[in-house]
Amino acid sequence: MVSGDVAAVEVKDAVVRWGDTTAVDGVSLSLGRGRVLALLGHNGAGKTSLLQVCEGFRRPDDGTARVLGLDPVGDHDELMPRLGIMLQSGGVYPWAAAGEILRLFAGFAANPLDPDMLLDRLGLRKVERTRFRRLSGGEQQRLSLAVALVGRPELVFLDEPTAGMDTEARHTTWQLIEELRADGVSVLLTTHLLDEAERLADDVVIMRNGRVAATGTPAELTAAAGIDLLEVRADPGLDLTGLRAHHTVTETSPGEYTISGALDTTGLAGVLTWFAAADAQVTAVNSRRRTLEDVYLSLTAAHATVGAGK
Amino acid sequence: MSSIGTFTPAPGRAPMRAIIGRQIRMELLLTARRGEAVVLAMGVPLLVMLGAGLFDVTKLPTDDRLGYVVPGVLALTVMSTAFTGQAITTGYERSYGVLKRLGASPLTRPGLLLAKVAAILVQVVVQVLVLSAVAVAVGWRPELSDLLPAAGVTVLAAAGYTGLALLLASILKPETTTGAATLIYVVMLSVGGIMFEAPDLGTAGWFLLPLAAHAHALRETLMNGASVPFTIWLSLALWAVVWLTAAARNFRWE
Repeated sequence: MVSGDVAAVEVKDAVVRWGDTTAVDGVSLSLGRGRVLALLGHNGAGKTSLLQVCEGFRRPDDGTARVLGLDPVGDHDELMPRLGIMLQSGGVYPWAAAGEILRLFAGFAANPLDPDMLLDRLGLRKVERTRFRRLSGGEQQRLSLAVALVGRPELVFLDEPTAGMDTEARHTTWQLIEELRADGVSVLLTTHLLDEAERLADDVVIMRNGRVAATGTPAELTAAAGIDLLEVRADPGLDLTGLRAHHTVTETSPGEYTISGALDTTGLAGVLTWFAAADAQVTAVNSRRRTLEDVYLSLTAAHATVGAGK
Repeated sequence: MSSIGTFTPAPGRAPMRAIIGRQIRMELLLTARRGEAVVLAMGVPLLVMLGAGLFDVTKLPTDDRLGYVVPGVLALTVMSTAFTGQAITTGYERSYGVLKRLGASPLTRPGLLLAKVAAILVQVVVQVLVLSAVAVAVGWRPELSDLLPAAGVTVLAAAGYTGLALLLASILKPETTTGAATLIYVVMLSVGGIMFEAPDLGTAGWFLLPLAAHAHALRETLMNGASVPFTIWLSLALWAVVWLTAAARNFRWE
């Protein structure tokens, strides 16, 4: 019943300025139907500003945003029933009970999910009658998530969905987001948690200072950076001079060699060829791939000169 | 999308009447739940009515103390609900992000405004009925021949107050809104012709002090069985148009 031809979100060259500050500086991204896109970046990288544009809270100062093929500002009333929006904080009457809030928003929808099911799934049953302002930060977050989902939306915007949650709630939320994806809901989430992005996202957009620093699937992003560390077990006490001309090598313990630094395929072949040439008996090779965290840190570090990744 | 899962999208907006009905219920529930709002809306008017209406605590231009005080108290109640209470509530709702969240829901913005106005009218009707019942119980005997114009000016007054409330809540910080709304309430209570006669400013007074104008109109109709002076119709209509227009132009959701 849902048209799959139009992208869930299509942002082109979006610019958002708050006074003299440029929060978003020419960002483009695309979220396909039924996919999960994570906007990753430090606080102040422009994630929330970009989300505000997608949610129709403000127009971009330049560029365009289409959501489900519609204009988030101009087609606001048509779009809202199809979206689930989880704000970063607040958005709820402090004096209303958790259950009352969820049922209010359920009542706005034509085919809502069962609020009781959501209360159970998100561990909110015991605070159903507790007023919003008495909920813990994590409980408030989970209620906001429930409110975003209750209308059976096609597309959800989750602004730091697991901020303030404990480990258990975070895992529950992750499972829920995976289930959303499996059921065909498109998800755009912001996070500064790398494991969250790595686990949930089909596509990752790393933002830095309002620009896209890199974009790709988690696998693409980590693979592009190559192997980060190679451990080789071979005969002890090899003369490493030749290898050290090109690599940082240490013999951490007798016969255990660690080659650190990014290695592409050619570099890897070179290292192994060197061991072969040295007539060393190699008994084990262990590579550690770069994690998203390594990629992220190298892209977002203050001194990094890396501009647009790809 | 092969199988139907729990979260398989099925978006849609409930019928608008149901949506607005639910929002009105929530507005009323939350108002009833906030003690200070209920006290401000009912306690102060009751106290003024019983105090000034039954005892010679103030000098009134008539011997029919209840006849003079009760219409004024009804007018005061409309102001406290539609202006003071509404300004404070809306200011805080905006700072909590509630307006933003509701504006981005199937409720829509006009739906939210409609629900707010309707909730205020419901509150005003309940308050007027309760206060009138208490007043009748202690001996108030109103003229009932001109109820319709009395209701008419009340709706106009409520509309103007609501407009001013939404305007203040939009342009001031919530703390400032609370201060300003309370100050205006106290000033109006003092010089609005409720417990004392309003300062005689001539016709201009009706335009400066809507509470005095409203109270005077209610007194004319409910105490004297007379018609509402044309200048009062004009002043209250003007207040309604000016403030509602200003509010609609300046209303902010964030």
